[in-house]
Amino acid sequence: MNRRPIDRESPDRLYTVTGGRTRADETAFDSVSLIVSECEPVPGMQSEHVKILQLARRPTAVVEISAELRLPVSVVKILLRDLLDTGRITVRHPSAGATAGKPDPDILRQVLVALNDL
Amino acid sequence: MRTPLRDSAADAMKIVVVGGFGVGKTTMVGSVSEIRPLSTEEVMTEASVGIDDASRVRTKTTTTVAFDFGRITVSDSTVLYLFGAPGQERFWFVWDQLFAGSLGAVVLVDTRRLEDSFYSIDRLEHHDMPFVVAVNRFAGGPSLDAVREALDLSPGIPLVDCDARERQSCKHVLITLVEHLTRLYV
Repeated sequence: MNRRPIDRESPDRLYTVTGGRTRADETAFDSVSLIVSECEPVPGMQSEHVKILQLARRPTAVVEISAELRLPVSVVKILLRDLLDTGRITVRHPSAGATAGKPDPDILRQVLVALNDL
Repeated sequence: MRTPLRDSAADAMKIVVVGGFGVGKTTMVGSVSEIRPLSTEEVMTEASVGIDDASRVRTKTTTTVAFDFGRITVSDSTVLYLFGAPGQERFWFVWDQLFAGSLGAVVLVDTRRLEDSFYSIDRLEHHDMPFVVAVNRFAGGPSLDAVREALDLSPGIPLVDCDARERQSCKHVLITLVEHLTRLYV
């Protein structure tokens, strides 16, 4: 796999990886949605899909997949969309998105405890 | 070496550290993260319409923004991601793509370049994103009161000193933010 920074890559590679699509359904994945593989890679699968399924054997955030694959977050979201549509992954969405900007007080307390323990 | 999350991880939260170049964002993320900070990029694609028309030269332009992040385990089920993000203008085009739903933000400030923070503070207010301001003390510099006045910060916004290299100091900044959130919401 190409390890150069994305900035110096040909845009054509990103175009190929996503099959020419430039947009995922933005609501399907948050940047910290946790992705979980529901199956093992199978022969003939696109190499990026294989890598995602391997990474997500344990829950893995979209941004971590992006960092590991060295692909922009929005490109990873398009790849994830394919895997979600075919039932190969499940998604654990962040609860903060569902409560319209008002975090659960219990969550804030938990965060405070965790920070104090650092 | 990658450190995966626990199998029970079900919910992730975000806090964003915003600041100009060289102000210490990456240092702060690294000081509190339990993993070696990772970096990645986001692109904003403009004018991607018309790609089916192969006869025309595409005038697509791509804006790329690099950012880094670390992670703090909150509980068996919950993890907190801490992002370091550049405050420059083009970065705000990808704010919604990346950071919608964040708990809040830390504006990291270098008193020698206070003007770098004006735009970030303005955008955070525009996005209704709660934030605190932390001064990364390099050497002396103006008092917090003088910084508050120069940044035109309202009295309700916490302003603290920190040393981005020190874990305890960064921890104090994050606790200040979460206490601020608690006051806002509870």
